[in-house]
Amino acid sequence: MGRYVARRLLQMIPVFIGTTLLIFLMVHILPGDPIRAMWGDKAADPAQVEALRHKFGLDQSLPMQYINYMKDLFQLDFGETFGGRPVWDEMSRAFPVTIRLTIVAMAIEMVVGLSLGAWAGLKAGKAPDTGVLIFTLVVISIPVFILGYVARFIFADTLHWVAPNVEDSMDITQLFLPGFVLAMLSMAYVARLTRTTFAENLRADYMRTALAKGLPRRRIVGVHLLRNSLIPVVTFLGTDVGGFIGGAVVTEGIFNVQGVGNLLYRALQQREGSTIVGVVTVFVLIILVINLIVDLLYAVLDPRIRYA
Amino acid sequence: MPDMTKDQSIKDAGVDVAVTVDETPANPVAESTGKPRGLWGDAWFDLRHRPMFWISASLLALLLVIAAFPGLFTGADPRAGDLTNHYLQKPELGHFFQADWFGYDVQGRSIYARVIYGTRASILVGVGVTVAITIVGGLLGLLSGYFGGWLDAIISRVTDIFFGLPFLLGTMVVLNAFAERKVYVVIAALAFLGWTSICRVMRASVITAKQADYVTAARALGAGTGRMLFRHVLPNALAPTIVVATIALGGFISAEATLSYLGLGLADPTISWGIDIASGSEEIRNNVHVLLFPAGMLSLTVFAFIMLGDAVRDALDPKLR
Repeated sequence: MGRYVARRLLQMIPVFIGTTLLIFLMVHILPGDPIRAMWGDKAADPAQVEALRHKFGLDQSLPMQYINYMKDLFQLDFGETFGGRPVWDEMSRAFPVTIRLTIVAMAIEMVVGLSLGAWAGLKAGKAPDTGVLIFTLVVISIPVFILGYVARFIFADTLHWVAPNVEDSMDITQLFLPGFVLAMLSMAYVARLTRTTFAENLRADYMRTALAKGLPRRRIVGVHLLRNSLIPVVTFLGTDVGGFIGGAVVTEGIFNVQGVGNLLYRALQQREGSTIVGVVTVFVLIILVINLIVDLLYAVLDPRIRYA
Repeated sequence: MPDMTKDQSIKDAGVDVAVTVDETPANPVAESTGKPRGLWGDAWFDLRHRPMFWISASLLALLLVIAAFPGLFTGADPRAGDLTNHYLQKPELGHFFQADWFGYDVQGRSIYARVIYGTRASILVGVGVTVAITIVGGLLGLLSGYFGGWLDAIISRVTDIFFGLPFLLGTMVVLNAFAERKVYVVIAALAFLGWTSICRVMRASVITAKQADYVTAARALGAGTGRMLFRHVLPNALAPTIVVATIALGGFISAEATLSYLGLGLADPTISWGIDIASGSEEIRNNVHVLLFPAGMLSLTVFAFIMLGDAVRDALDPKLR
């Protein structure tokens, strides 16, 4: 187990370097000069532009810029924003908010998605199955930003159950509606995945054995079937974290949540390379670690899988 | 769907692939003559008996006609705004196909005309990205799976790196660098980060396909690399790729709208539902129609493509359902 984790951690290094290099190049190689853009349509003083370029290290060659960036990164120095604040400070304010939002979304996704999928899978071919299938089809078809406005219109503007804008981004109860909107798409996929594996595993040998042993139905479905059906769902959740991050930009914008999505959106508009690269780097790291955890979870869910 | 058809199609798919390799695999109408159907013939047989396929296919046919000839559906100019007469005018739901059917937006432009003319950009982006990733990802996956070795190692690591980057986030960064975002720029940006799943799926199915006996037989008969790749391996490894590509198409349309909504995708004067939804979102409290119609049309389009993807998946890969 320990050796497996060590090997996986070592394998992460090239992917991490490659991905950060890719994002770094995407931010810096593509056309458009962020320093010049600070002046907008007005004429810029060349000396001032040069000074700022030097200050942010943009006058060095790209490979040097990347190496310097990575060197600083190991000391948790993510550079400065154009406003002069450390990117690390901005991120340490925004990340707790988005992590809360993601946890709310994941909880909703797991509970609702798994229940719907299990219900449809147990009644495969009957009315609940068709109902869930159509419901997930509709949910997948409606983009997140439309769902967001519809949810806000119904629950905030019409029913007045919640405030339309999140006042305190750290308050988890206020994050319920944005979390719900963020969860919808993945929830539909989880429901479909669970339905498929449930319907398939219902015919498995261990189900017959459990039934023949005279186990109560609740235990057969709740323990035997559920545990065996969780592996594809957990795999999906691991790959889905990246999707949550894209969705967070939209959801946080609609509900005015002061999280990473908002931070990133502002950075994109100002072409603030240091913040963009910093946020994406942290995300890539989070995704890599979550994928490792998912792989380790397999062994918990299925004891036949062992990591030497 | 009755279970019999499903079991039968699994069986047919498994047995007939090997027999019908050298038939033209794209020829779907081979079943009435009484000889066994190939994988593609079988999939077509299966598709024809699904109402979901016909609903989505007719919806898509209509959308394609709208995208190609928007002028047939409305006489109104989608870019002409009349603030004095039509500012935020409410829809006249009885006036079918008239300029005021869906009402007017904040700039006094006919929402019906904009919804009709916006179809082209969405369909172009969806189809364009899907074709691009199928060619690029499919080719990389084919080479990587067939040749293995160092080529596979390099392609797989590059795939890992691109896969590690959150998709929507990455496209936002790429598009942000372009001042003028035409349709082909958006297609390129989405394809740049979207090819990885196709590549992985293709690689996996090529590795399975190349171990089949008929591939060894073809090699023993002296088939060249090109013939092996495109005549024997590719046709038998294509099905999962087509399934993934069809399902992804709806997602790309949704992604384009999301990017345009954020101001990072298509921009004026291109007409895109995403842009219209963004401007409509400010009016949602009092003038829901500005948001409702472009949002509805967008969802309907994504719905049609996702439904087609579902039907194609069920037909080509009955085990996945």
